[in-house]
Amino acid sequence: MPAALDTSSPKINEYAHPERLVTSSWLAEHLGDPDLVVVESDEDVLLYETGHIPGAVKIDWHTDLNDPEVREFITGAQFATLLGSKGIGPDTTIVIYGDKNNWWAAYAAWLFTIYGHADVRLLDGGRNLWVAEGRELTTDVPAPEAVDYPATERDDVTYRAFKEDVLAHIGQGPLVDIRSFPEYTGERLHIPDYPEEGVLRGGHIPTARNVPWATAVAEDGTYKSRDELQGIYQAGGLGLTDDDAIITYCRIGERSSHTWFALHFLLGLENVRNYDGSWTEWGNAVRVPIAKGEEPGELAA
Amino acid sequence: MTETPLPPVLAEIRDDFLALGERDRLQLLLEFSRELPEIPVRYQSAPGLLERVEECQSPVRAFAEIDGEQRVHLYATAPAEAPTTRGFASILAQGLDGLTPQEVLDVPDDYPLSLGLTNAVSPLRLNGMSGILTRAKRQVREQLAAA
Repeated sequence: MPAALDTSSPKINEYAHPERLVTSSWLAEHLGDPDLVVVESDEDVLLYETGHIPGAVKIDWHTDLNDPEVREFITGAQFATLLGSKGIGPDTTIVIYGDKNNWWAAYAAWLFTIYGHADVRLLDGGRNLWVAEGRELTTDVPAPEAVDYPATERDDVTYRAFKEDVLAHIGQGPLVDIRSFPEYTGERLHIPDYPEEGVLRGGHIPTARNVPWATAVAEDGTYKSRDELQGIYQAGGLGLTDDDAIITYCRIGERSSHTWFALHFLLGLENVRNYDGSWTEWGNAVRVPIAKGEEPGELAA
Repeated sequence: MTETPLPPVLAEIRDDFLALGERDRLQLLLEFSRELPEIPVRYQSAPGLLERVEECQSPVRAFAEIDGEQRVHLYATAPAEAPTTRGFASILAQGLDGLTPQEVLDVPDDYPLSLGLTNAVSPLRLNGMSGILTRAKRQVREQLAAA
């Protein structure tokens, strides 16, 4: 049985899927709930060890969710084993939070969704807000009893796009590039301070429009209100509609998961896929079209 | 050509990591992150003197300085919410401290890969440590050239 919903926040209640976000005050009150497991997922692999939300388990994107050999996520069977080992069953409510405005938490939320986990929520504002509010942290690492999580199949079609899908999509539907503007124009190959995922070419996927991920968050790191998000991504902004098939991308898929979450769960757009290969694949791939500069560009005839 | 032996402190740190299982290596890195010394006052008042290490995902600033006795000291600062980066900086600050400029230049560039952290931390994240080492060496070279 899933945990209760957070209906305490008028802002969250406005979203298309209010059941996908919780406030820090709601989480603080529900930390002991038997049907709820809190998961921390960070960019910094040691941050959890310095202190985390009481009872939270750690799942690391690099070391837990990726296959160590192939550039691919773990299998559905491995995912089931991983979650079971954290005391998470298929009916458990998962609340994910993390550093860097929930980038990696949103990445985990996207991944858990494509593995078919039903009740995945984000802590609005992430780790930063929890810490800023002076809420409790602990270094006690829980030792959950393993539970049975039946092997699942990852759905690579509904919310995930591959390079070939993106090639076929150019000219057919909106592409949202959520990197920084200089990355989009091709002026630089990486966001400041993040040059480690080397790419050979700069620019963007032709027809993609640039809405940096941070556009979706308020100053305290929480998502902006539904009205504000609509103004950015829908009428008056990008103009996305319910009928659009949309693909988001960034460098390696983590920041675009943050936007994917906003488009799909907060605005309720049905058909949104995240291209996790993103620019580290596209900018290194042979013979794919690239547009440079400020204009979205067209698909070459 | 004989291989230059690793300076004793760096060798000891490496052996300490390799003596542990993978999970405990993360704990040791966490201990290093707590031991990163405060930077000297002259750098605190002029953080521009410390160079930003672009390979690190979190903002880390570091500077390798040759003192009057021709010994190298590496000073670094990184925020508390970036413990992995602090740990990397701390290992190098301790491991390079008091070496001669030549000894620093002789440290193998792949030293970060020798700590057995590749699986526990991920290769991408380890790039940050290589970035600090590479910069420290360049800073030493620049000071030697200017002397």
